[in-house]
Parts: sequence; structure tokens; C-alpha cells
Amino acid sequence: MTLNGWLQIAFFLFLILAVTKPLGVFITRVFSREKTFLDPVLRPLEKLIYRTTGVNEEHEMAWTEYAVAMLLFSLVSMLLLYFIQRVQGFIPPSLFNPQKFGAVNPPHLAWNTAASFTTNTNWQAYSGETTMSYFTQMVGLAYHNFVSAATGIALAIAFIRGIARRQMKTIGNFWVDMVRASLWVLLPFCIVGALVLVSQGVVQNLRPYDTVKIVEPQQVPHLGADGKPAVGADGKPVMDTVTEQTIAQGPVASQEFIKEWGTNGGGFFNANSAHPFENPTPLTNLIQMFGIFAVSAGLTYTLGRMTGSPRHGWAVWGAMAVLFLAGVMVAYWAEAAGNPLLHGVNQQASALQPGGNMEGKEVRFGIANSALFATVTTDASCGAINSWHDSFTPLGGMVPLVNIMLSEVIFGGVGAGMYGMLIYVVLTVFIAGLMVGRTPEYLGKKIEGYEVKMAMLVALIFPLIILALTAISSVKPFGTWAIANAGPHGLSEILYAFTSATGNNGSAFGGLNANTAWYNISIGFATLGGRFLMIIPMLAIAGSLAEKKYVPPSVGTFPVTTPLFSVLLIGVILILGALTFFPALSLGPILEHLLMNAGKAF
Amino acid sequence: MKRNFVTAILMTVVTTILLGVIYPLVVTALAQVMFPAKANGQLLIRDGKLIGSRIIAQPFTGVGYFHPRGSAAGNGYDAVNSGGTNYGPTNQKLLDRVKQDVAAAQSENPGAPIPVDYITTSASGLDPDITPANAAFQSPRIARERGISAEQLRTLIEKHTDGRQFYLLGEARVNVLELNLELDSSYPMQKRASR
Repeated sequence: MTLNGWLQIAFFLFLILAVTKPLGVFITRVFSREKTFLDPVLRPLEKLIYRTTGVNEEHEMAWTEYAVAMLLFSLVSMLLLYFIQRVQGFIPPSLFNPQKFGAVNPPHLAWNTAASFTTNTNWQAYSGETTMSYFTQMVGLAYHNFVSAATGIALAIAFIRGIARRQMKTIGNFWVDMVRASLWVLLPFCIVGALVLVSQGVVQNLRPYDTVKIVEPQQVPHLGADGKPAVGADGKPVMDTVTEQTIAQGPVASQEFIKEWGTNGGGFFNANSAHPFENPTPLTNLIQMFGIFAVSAGLTYTLGRMTGSPRHGWAVWGAMAVLFLAGVMVAYWAEAAGNPLLHGVNQQASALQPGGNMEGKEVRFGIANSALFATVTTDASCGAINSWHDSFTPLGGMVPLVNIMLSEVIFGGVGAGMYGMLIYVVLTVFIAGLMVGRTPEYLGKKIEGYEVKMAMLVALIFPLIILALTAISSVKPFGTWAIANAGPHGLSEILYAFTSATGNNGSAFGGLNANTAWYNISIGFATLGGRFLMIIPMLAIAGSLAEKKYVPPSVGTFPVTTPLFSVLLIGVILILGALTFFPALSLGPILEHLLMNAGKAF
Repeated sequence: MKRNFVTAILMTVVTTILLGVIYPLVVTALAQVMFPAKANGQLLIRDGKLIGSRIIAQPFTGVGYFHPRGSAAGNGYDAVNSGGTNYGPTNQKLLDRVKQDVAAAQSENPGAPIPVDYITTSASGLDPDITPANAAFQSPRIARERGISAEQLRTLIEKHTDGRQFYLLGEARVNVLELNLELDSSYPMQKRASR
């Protein structure tokens, strides 16, 4: 670990602190339908959208109608994405398919991708540059990066309205919230952000892949029909001369920025944000990490402002920041320590090298920025990666895994992190109420049996999906067949896959060969369950809170604006997460850590 | 319900046109006007031919060239198959590979500590950079093959070393392709007749 590494981490957190209030104020104005500086351009566009789609922007919805509208929109847009992938073969080269890619096959891969992008997961069982045309990337995938994020933001705003409103049956209009999230909170930032990324070297073009004459032609073993190096009649290996390199191109920057700003995480290329065309410089890396946290940090301020308790927003922010720092410290420490099984190698940090565990990492990011990125992308439900989590040390790789298991509430996905955190807040207030023996209240609303039942539903469905599917996959041949790393690491790969899918993260222990019927179908369902089975009880709580009377705070009310509340909130998050997942973790990364230090390999 | 269903269909169509078609095409047009070289991948041309991208690694194995980091992209440095090995830290395949590479490196530059990025593969398989430590480790071989002094080579490496961006961000790094191109133009390989 180096001083510079810690400075970079501190600087990053400082940027997030600085953006929280201005962005939070902006988001509040957008959803309270107050004036913003973007109105002269966006307001006419917004009205045009309502006119063509038949939306009455004055109409208010009960939580049930809000849920139905959201589900219908997700269903229709998911079917469209499936359809676009399956007809890709009919899309002519001139219509942004210069590599003439055929249909996305097999169908279960297209299903998995459709489910994954609709749910803001962006799990990728395909490799972008060999599977998806520019048309599919832009119209199908990048499009979902926008609307799945906008849907998440809309839901968080609906939940906050539920807390803020008194004796009302409605929590807003889904269509209006979704459109305003897209037009105000996402689109303008993406246009500017994408161009800044291009200025640093992120590509943005529609040209066919380029073929270049490499400087030094290479002799490589000729692979026979069986995929193994061929041997000639003289017993010597047959060699091919490689003189060219083909370089994948594409409209990357426009997809790149929304990939982070909307915490989607689906890479244009297979290597995601490790690819030099997606993330060419340390500055683009910082912008991307900033983009992942910005909206979610802003939403904590929006929470405080819309509920009339700004200090509550900061108390939630504080809990998130503490958990973030804890994660990044462990990950940075573990990765900087390196791999004790590599002998004769200098893994010490110095002025000339970052040292540490560099397998699956890029030189321009080194250790600090790889550990930081891995923490940020899993604190939020982003899932972009700039280094392979599978190649992290056991404890370094456990940090992203645990972050997702805590259901990504450390800033979290745009919107999803906020409503996920509010579920924990409800539980925290309930537990605090039990401790003092009073009916718990949250910002003037009584928390009663119904809310706690719904919150527990959310808290239980999540581990149920993860652990059940992991258990099946780790004992059945169709599951274990896909493991790339033997020993406890193999269990970690499967556990990570289902945790990532159900948490709607989308990052992976990439060694797992997940493009099989079993994994594509089961992971597709896990992403849908992890999103919609959480959202419905969450909206039910919002609807129920909105209908309640306001109870003025009394001396017995547990205040939710203090550091004590932040500490209690952190405690609830950690205890719930630890109790649920500790047994599985101890068989995976923890066991691997112990065996690695004992010198055991697999 | 029915009304929301109709809206869902219309909304999907309208937002797809705006966010899936107009947005990326507008960004593409602006990028091509404002930053054409960057937007097209910083392709390098020598003698009228495309010879690579400045920020995509290509293979070098000759003794007179700096070697990039190991690559698991396709069969190596395949820029349409980016990716890493995904070897876990306790994977025997990783340890065997490193053992073999360490032995080769030790015989090439005996006694010098081997920088970790020299024997590990990158995340993208297309990492254009090596660490300054890695460049220094390879220097004796290059100096010998090219018949140049250690001092000349050090100056050249420093010229192609990017420090931390704004003195803060990322890590110092040496661009392998640019360095090798300058080696070829300034210090062409000696005739091998003597060997």
C-alpha cells in the first residue's frame, strides 16, 4: 500500500461528498417539478413524449398501479431486446452491423441477456465484440442502460414520497417519474460525459473493425481441428505466421458513460472497463468510478430534503461512507500484499511499480485503483470491472462478494440502493423501537406489523434465491462442470455468479463458463427475482406509509439524524448480512485464504 | 391496466428512438468532429500502412524489442477477443506458468528481481503499458541487441514514460508500442552476422 494509493481513495470520496448536495438538490427539483436550468430544452421534449404515448402528467397512481405500469414497461422493453438479438442476422451491414453478426444464439443466451439488461444487472454470458452488432449495442443494450436506471430512480422517488406524504393514497406517476429521470437526471450528463471520455481516448465510431499490419510478425503454433497444437510429419510443431491484428471498434463512449452513471455495468467489450478503448487513462477511470456513485449519493440528500429532515439524509450517507471505507481498506490491503504462492517475483510496491497481485490487472490502474474500482462497482449495483475479480486474492475477492451480499446499499444502484437502504432503515427503526419498548416511528410515521413483514420479505427472498441456486449448482454436474478454478475457489465462482445476478450487479468471477442452458436460464430468473420480487414489497411499504397520519416526534422517539442511528444502521446491515452468508463465505474465500497461506494450490 | 399497457408499448418505441438511436448518433457525430483521432482508436500509420493502435498491445517476442505483458485475449493479443486468464490465486496452472516464466527471466537477467507485471497477464489482454520497473528489467537485453548504451536507452524509456495523471491518478507506465517504434527508427537492429 502506498501513500499515493490512499490519497487517490481519499480524493475519490471527497468528490462524492462534494457532489452529494448539488446533485441531490437538482434531483429534488426535477421530481418536485420545480424549475431547472434545463427546462427550456427538455420541457417541450417531455410534453411531446407524453402526447405521443398518451400519458396524463397530472394523474396520480396508487402503489399498485405504479407497480403495474413499471412491470408492463419492463416486460415490453425486455421482449423488444430479446427480439432485436434474435433478428440480428437480418440487420444489414449498412444499418450498424458492419461485422455481419448473425442472431444471438442459443436462444437461452438471448433470454439471459434480455432479463439481465432489463433488470439493471448487465450480467454478460456473451462477449460483446464477437456477438453484438453496433445496432444491438445501441438500440438494445445501451437503451436498457437508460430505462432500467430511470426505473430505479423513479422507484426510489416513489418510496421517498411514501415517507413524506401524509394520509394520501398515491405515490406519484410512474411514467412521469421515469421520463423525468431519463431526460433530466441521465441524458444531459451522458452527452457531456461521453464526450469527455472520447477526449481521453474512449472510441466512438461506426466503422468496421480495423485490420493492421503488426510491427513484428509472430510465429504461433497452428491449432489442429481438435483445438490442440498440430504436429507435422517431422515431429515438429506446425507454426503459423501472424502478420495482422484485427481491432474491434464501435460506438463505445455513448454506452460507456451511461454504463456507470446508471450503475448498469455491461461492457461494450468482453474486458469491460479494463479494455483500453473503454477506459484508456487514469482520468477516465476516476470519471467512471465517480459516475457509479454520483446519483446514488445525491439521492441521500434528496431523501433528507423531500422528507424535511436533511440531517437524516446525511446520517444515511455517513453509514454508507463508513461501509465503503471498510471494504476498500480490506481489498486494497489484500491485493497490495500480493500472492504468497508466487516465488522469485518482486511484488513490493516501489517508485517504479505498484507491486501486489497484478494477475488480471492493468498497469495504468495498478493496485489501488483496481481495488477501489472493485469496491465501488459492487457497493453500487454497477458490475463494471477494470480488473478480474476472479484473479483477486481470496480476501480481496471476498470484498466485492460481501458488498453484493449486503444487497448493495453502500450508495448502491441508482434508486435501487436508496430503496434497498430504506428497507434496512425500517428494520433498524423497528429494532430500536423494540429496545426501548415503544411503537417504532420513522420520520413521523408509525412502523407497524405490515411494514416489518414486507421488509422481512425483501430481506429473506434475496438470500433464498442466492443460496438455493448456489447449492443446486455446486452439487450437480451441470453446475460444477463450468468451474474454472478448482478447490474452494470453485465454490466462490458459483456463489459469486448467483449473488451478482440476484443483487442485479452483473460483475462476475469470470472464469465460470456461464454460457450454458442451466446458468443462462437460472441466472436470468435470478436477475428477475432479485429485482421485481424486491420492488413489489418495497412499493407496498411506500403505499402503506403514504396513507398514515403524521405523528409529531416526542421524547420517546428514536432520532434518525444522529451518528448513533448511523452506527445502529451499520450494525443491522452487517449482522443481517453476516448471519445469512457467513457459512457460505467460510467454505469459499475464507477457506481458500487459509489454504493459500498454508501453501496449498489446486 | 389496458391503458398502461398501450402506454408501455408506445413509451418503449418513443424512448428507444430517443435514447437508443438519436443519442448515440449525436454523440458519434460530435465525437468525430471534435476528437477524430481519439474517437477512431488512435491508429498509427507507418509507410502508408496501419500498424496498430497506440493504446492496444500487440505481440513482440523478438530479443531486440520490449515485450508487452502476457495476454489471454484469444490466442494472445487478439483485439476482437479481449479478456484475462481468470486464474484464481491458488490455481496450479497460474503457479506453473509463473514458475516457468520466472526461470526464463532469471536466465535472461540473472540476479535482478523480477517485476510482478513482467510475469502476470493483464486484465484486457491488450494492456499497452508496462511498469518502469519492467522496462528497466528488460533494458540490458535491448541494449545488448541494439548495440546502444544503457544511458541512451534510459533516456528513451523516460521519453515514453507517462507519470501519474495530474501527479495523482493511476500509476506510472511505459507505452510498449511507441517505445519499440522509436527503437526501430532511431536504433535499427544490428545485422546478426556476428552471431
